[in-house]
Amino acid sequence: MDVTIIIDSLPSLLKATLMTILLAAISIIIALVLGFFAAIVRILKVRILNGIATAYVSIIRGTPLLVQIFVIYYGLPQIGISLDPISSGVVALSLNAGAYLSESFRAAILAVDNGQMEASLSMGMTYSQALRRIILPQSLRIAIPTLSNTFIVLIKDTSLVSVITVTELLQMSSLIIAKTFEPLTIYLLAAAIYWILITFFTTILDKLEVRTSKYLVR
Amino acid sequence: MSIIQVNNLRKSFGTNEVLKGIDLTITKSEVVVIMGPSGSGKSTLLRCLNFLEEPTEGVIRIGEFQVVTGGKANSKRKKEIRELRKRTGFVFQSFNLFPHKTAIENVMEGPIIIHGTKVEEARILAKALLTKVGLGDRCDYYPAQLSGGQQQRVAIARSLALNPMVMLYDEPTSALDPELVKEVLQVIKDLAREGMTMIIVTHEMSFAKDVADRVIFMDKGVIVEQGTSEEIFLKPKEERTRQFLSIVK
Repeated sequence: MDVTIIIDSLPSLLKATLMTILLAAISIIIALVLGFFAAIVRILKVRILNGIATAYVSIIRGTPLLVQIFVIYYGLPQIGISLDPISSGVVALSLNAGAYLSESFRAAILAVDNGQMEASLSMGMTYSQALRRIILPQSLRIAIPTLSNTFIVLIKDTSLVSVITVTELLQMSSLIIAKTFEPLTIYLLAAAIYWILITFFTTILDKLEVRTSKYLVR
Repeated sequence: MSIIQVNNLRKSFGTNEVLKGIDLTITKSEVVVIMGPSGSGKSTLLRCLNFLEEPTEGVIRIGEFQVVTGGKANSKRKKEIRELRKRTGFVFQSFNLFPHKTAIENVMEGPIIIHGTKVEEARILAKALLTKVGLGDRCDYYPAQLSGGQQQRVAIARSLALNPMVMLYDEPTSALDPELVKEVLQVIKDLAREGMTMIIVTHEMSFAKDVADRVIFMDKGVIVEQGTSEEIFLKPKEERTRQFLSIVK
């Protein structure tokens, strides 16, 4: 293993890591919003939207992410929707993570004891007041561990976007290897960067979980 | 004048009729204890009064707020039910305090959200109510940090904060360790002395003797008999009442 190769390739790899972070960050934000609304729509059984949300979750969870990326990037232009590689990646990753997050949110909301809703309603709150003030704050805490899981998967899944020529961490690694012929060093370096990214992220979420659970400590 | 009027209240779960036509009139400041074996429909009756269960048939009037049951779930009707709930305090067997809020925040929640009270005013009100139930020094504790008896007293304060016309208690001491029962019953007794109208589902006989103006005995979805605690406990007229009392005693 040659140390100079590491030093030489690190700047490009770190630059590509920024793309990975960008992809993950934008997709997480969109996925959170999407997943939250899909969960609420299904819990409230909103007419029509409930059916759409259920179908969405079923289709996304029932097909490989790689196929979803191909449909969006290579398939959609055939019906006049052409997205550049980065946008295609963001759309695919957000739709994918959103479906999983909606299931997390839904389970977390349903996990709050029914007595909480009854106590809120018995005071004269509306259903949405009870949801907003009493149920959702408690379900957030319940949801954090599964949210954390989905976030980890999302960060790793950004590597799949390399197949549609987005120069993120994995794509950049392959490009460097094509020049240096050092697959072990470079791929291990990429793996290390993914690991640091994910560890950093999970630490933050673990802290958040502890903070939101404070009220349960006797 | 009666403060609660219930006419021909019926409730079925599927084909199982749990309440078979209940008529009930309760006057202001009256304390009514409902007793009966498990499955007699006493909790369901109480929950129907607050529309936590939607009655199948009948009319419920609390104060001047009347809700005819079995109507469509439109927004006007939802509002009627909310208005009725705002005027009834409901105390649960399992307390159901909001675990993510401190004791004082639990009590402040109703005034702020339901009555639109300013936060500082709500805090003063909540502090006074917690002091009244003997928990003035526990304002900033989370429910998990309080004993069952303390939690139930916070729950009572939370209901009182909405200034209800009537308080409904669904087995308020059944989930408590024996030594904690007394402190909760004492709070309810104090409220009785102040003239609060209350309906209490409970198995605490000595408590019923102490505070009840009227004891109602229910079985199999009907009111079997009612009267003063003396009439019911010492000289029950109905065989079913006698049987129940012999088991409970």
